[in-house]
Amino acid sequence: MDVKVLGSGCANCKALESRVREVLDAQGIDTPIEKVTDFGEIASWGVMSTPALVIDDRVAFTGRLPTIEELRTALTGAPG
Amino acid sequence: MTTTTRAPIRRPIGPWPGVIAATAAWVVAYTVNPDWWEWVVFEIGGLDPDSRLGVAVEFFVYDTTKILLLLVGIIFVVTVVRSFMSVERTRALLGGRREGVGNLAAAGLGVATPFCSCSAVPGFIGFVAAGVPLGVTMSFLIASPMVNEVAIVLLYGLFGWKVAALYVTAGLAIAIVAGWVIGRLRLERWIEPFVFETTLRGQPIDPSAGLTWSDRFAMGRDEVRSILARIWPFLLVGIGVGAAIHGWVPEDFFAEFAGPDNPLAVPIAVVLGIPLYSNAAGVLPLVEALHAKGLAMGTVLAFMMSVVALSLPEMILLRRVLKPRLLATFVAVVGVGILAVGLLFNMIL
Repeated sequence: MDVKVLGSGCANCKALESRVREVLDAQGIDTPIEKVTDFGEIASWGVMSTPALVIDDRVAFTGRLPTIEELRTALTGAPG
Repeated sequence: MTTTTRAPIRRPIGPWPGVIAATAAWVVAYTVNPDWWEWVVFEIGGLDPDSRLGVAVEFFVYDTTKILLLLVGIIFVVTVVRSFMSVERTRALLGGRREGVGNLAAAGLGVATPFCSCSAVPGFIGFVAAGVPLGVTMSFLIASPMVNEVAIVLLYGLFGWKVAALYVTAGLAIAIVAGWVIGRLRLERWIEPFVFETTLRGQPIDPSAGLTWSDRFAMGRDEVRSILARIWPFLLVGIGVGAAIHGWVPEDFFAEFAGPDNPLAVPIAVVLGIPLYSNAAGVLPLVEALHAKGLAMGTVLAFMMSVVALSLPEMILLRRVLKPRLLATFVAVVGVGILAVGLLFNMIL
C-alpha cells in the first residue's frame, strides 16, 4: 500500500500523519507514510486545501482531519 | 475513540437535542453574564464599583465571558454553514467567470468558503492552473482572511453591529477593487513559472459532499476547540491590558494625538498591523480600550484589517508562487485600500 500525507507542515497535517500512523500500527500494517510538502506536487494532485491523504494514488481526504474510524475504513477497506 | 462512544450519535433522534440544549444554555449564559459578574465582583467580592480596581476587574471577567461566548457560538455556526462549501466548489464556480463579476463572486465566496491561510499556496496554484484569472484569485485570497469570523465576532461584541457591518462591507470592497486592479495591471508574468507547468492529475474530491448533520456539528465543535486553543492566551492578555487601560488611562487620552484629525494615525496603524498576524483576538480587546480613550474609529478599523489581511507569514508563503514584484504590488494595492477606508471612516464617522 502506498500512503501519502499532503501538507506543508500545518498543525492538522501533523495530526493527520500521527492518526494515520496510529491506525496503521493498530492494524499491523507496516507501510511507510510519505510526506509531500512541495506545493507544486500537492497542487498537482488537485488538492487545494490541506491536509490531504492519498492512498494508492487516489485522493481519499482533503481539507479536513478525518476521524480514526474514517481512516480505518479508508486504509483497510473495512469499517473497524 | 471507540465504537461505544459513537453509539449514541447513531440513534434515530440524531444530534439535534444536544445542539438545541447547547443553544439554550448559550442564550441563558449570554443573557445573565452582565448581572452575574456585577453581583459576583461587587456583592460577593466586595470590590467598590466606583474604584479603578473594581471597574477593571468587572470589565475583565465580564468581557472575557462575553467574548468567549460569542466566539464559541459564531465559530460553531459559521463552521457548520461553511461545511456546505469547499475550495473545490468555489473554484468550479469561479472557473468560467470574467473579471469584474468574477472579482465580486470571488470576494463573496472568500467569505463563504472554509479556507486556511496555510492553504493559500496550493489554493493559488489550483485556481490559476484551472484558468481562474489572477485578479479574481486575488479577490478571493484578500477577502478570505480579511472578512474572518473571529474579527467580525469581536467587532460585533466590542463595538456593536454597525461597526461590524461597516467592516465587512469595507473588507469586501477592498477585496473586489484590489483584485480588479491587480487583474488590470496584467501581472501574470510575475507568477512563478512552475504554477503554469503544474498539471492537475486525478479527480479532485469535494470535501463538502456526503457529510451528515452529525459530521457537520462535529466539525463545528472541533473548530471551536482548535481556534480557542490557539487564541486564548492572546485573548486573555488583550482583555487584561484593555481592562487596565479602562481603569487607569484618562478619558480622551488618545484623542489628542491619534484622533480623527491626525492623518498620520492611519498609516501608522496599518504598518503596525502587518507583523501582528493571528493575534486578532488579542489585539481587538486592546484596540477597543484605546478607542474608548479617544482613538478614532477609522484608525481602529484600518489597524484591524491590516492585522488580518496583510500578514507576514502569509506573504512568506505567497512568495513561493509570486515573484517579488507581484508580491509588492499585492501588498501595496491592499495597503492603499485599507488606508483609504481608514481615512474615509475617520472623515465620515
